[in-house]
Amino acid sequence: MALENADIENIALLARLQVSSSETNDYANSISSILCLIDQMQQVSTDGVEPLSNPHDATQRLRKDEITCDNQREAFMALAPAAEDGLYLVPKVLD
Amino acid sequence: MTNKTLVQISKDLTAGKYSSRELTQDIIADIKARDSIYNSFISISEELALKQADAADARINAGSAELLTGIPFAHKDLFCTQGHATTAASKMLANFVPPYESTVGQRLLSAGAVCVGKTNMDEFAMGSSNENSYFGAVKNPWDLTAVPGGSSGGSAAAVAAGLVPAATGTDTGGSIRQPASFCNLTGIKPTYGRVSRFGIIAYASSLDQAGPMCKTAADAALMLNAMAGFDPQDSTSVQQEAPDFTADLNQPLQGLKVGLPKEFFGPGLNPQVAQCIMTAVQQIEALGAQIIDISLPNLELSIPAYYVIAPSEASSNLSRFDGVRFGYRCDQPNDLMDLYCRTRAEGFGTEVKRRIMVGTYALSEGYYDAYYVKAQRIRRLIKDDFTRALSQVDVIMGPVAPTPAFDLGSNTKDPVAMYLEDIYTLSANMAGIPAMSTPAGFVNGRPVGLHIMGNYFAEAKLLNIAHQYQQVTDWHLQTPPSNGIPVSNQTKGAE
Repeated sequence: MALENADIENIALLARLQVSSSETNDYANSISSILCLIDQMQQVSTDGVEPLSNPHDATQRLRKDEITCDNQREAFMALAPAAEDGLYLVPKVLD
Repeated sequence: MTNKTLVQISKDLTAGKYSSRELTQDIIADIKARDSIYNSFISISEELALKQADAADARINAGSAELLTGIPFAHKDLFCTQGHATTAASKMLANFVPPYESTVGQRLLSAGAVCVGKTNMDEFAMGSSNENSYFGAVKNPWDLTAVPGGSSGGSAAAVAAGLVPAATGTDTGGSIRQPASFCNLTGIKPTYGRVSRFGIIAYASSLDQAGPMCKTAADAALMLNAMAGFDPQDSTSVQQEAPDFTADLNQPLQGLKVGLPKEFFGPGLNPQVAQCIMTAVQQIEALGAQIIDISLPNLELSIPAYYVIAPSEASSNLSRFDGVRFGYRCDQPNDLMDLYCRTRAEGFGTEVKRRIMVGTYALSEGYYDAYYVKAQRIRRLIKDDFTRALSQVDVIMGPVAPTPAFDLGSNTKDPVAMYLEDIYTLSANMAGIPAMSTPAGFVNGRPVGLHIMGNYFAEAKLLNIAHQYQQVTDWHLQTPPSNGIPVSNQTKGAE
């Protein structure tokens, strides 16, 4: 399946990636060739085959709802590119 | 000193031939002196390493040392190291210092091992050549014009060059085994869930497994003993006690049933690599094994299915990099959308962005069933192939990669050509079974690895076979030419 430049722009927006107009064409070509490879999957019938999401067919293990470690708010906030008074700073969202 | 095995170093430390501090200092000096040739390290953690070495020396002197106590190793830069930069070889995390240690790292530290630094890799573990690193490509110590393989290429090059005796790696689609094959090392990808993923930066969570990269099978068993085991902090960790992986190393191979899948020996396989593998298989037969032809009919589908599942999981995992909570942030964002889009565009490299977009597309409305669910159905066909095969045979053997290490720059323009290199390794990750590479010869001075795959939780069996093979061969003892130029163009191992 071949993607157009407009498809790449849409996918990039969904993926929250800015793609410059000079890169769009390259991505359209390389991702189209990857999708062409991926389309080999359609050659085989998988009717009645259950999807496998975990190699052991395991389901999510739950734990007791109890506190297992201390609050490390300061250690984690210290990693932020911009933070103040215990808040992450981002550009203004509401006017 | 670093061409010694872990087993030898452990004996030397116990005998007091040198201290862990002396060894650690020597190793760090050697990395500083020689790694400009290979670019296998992203950072050296000298201060932390010397503290760990001093603590190890105290344990050794107090008589409470374990086998790994005082032994220096390197972490692939995907393992979070508390207080030391962890970059995933990405601009996105170039200045990230984790506030916690990965479970694997914590286990190795508890055993007294000394982490000397973090190794180069393909960005976020996406690649098969180590050419997708923000910190530059890594060179193969066996031939400086060749790639070391990927994504754990820095770990492989560092151990092969004798800079460290062992390193950690991760394997999502072959990222331990293929670089081990390309650099003449013993590397094992354990069963999915055997080793905790906690604190390892996620690429494709249903496929990722960590494992050791060493010189010998005995060393890999020793490392895996420290790394493996149930971890409540990883929800996919298997609730099963890990055995002593060194216990069965000396078992004879009499009666072992080895399956050779015909799909591993098709037209895409380099004939000289095929010859190395067949010679190795004959040697294993001579040790008492029985060779049986088998088939894994859906092998070829592992490539398209993997390149849907892995990018889909990656697109989800990498959505956390938003320029808000940690990592890189673009300058002067106009608004929140601009902050997200520009941070991610500037922070990620081309291949990472490509895989995020492929995954985003595969998971998007209208395509989810045709791509993602279809790939998961094929994943079950692949698992069923292995289940069927492994009811007939104990282990499966074949090549790790269709060729020896390829030239730097030869596949960088064409991502599909690069993906096709993964044909023999992807299926073990899809099924979740353990698989390893052990040195099996050379083609034009470039190493070739024998691929050994086994049933779930059969790591000890794989290590036993590799160890027995290493008792009758000396490929694993070969060391690369000090100048990185192959000594000869003779084909060894294929006579």
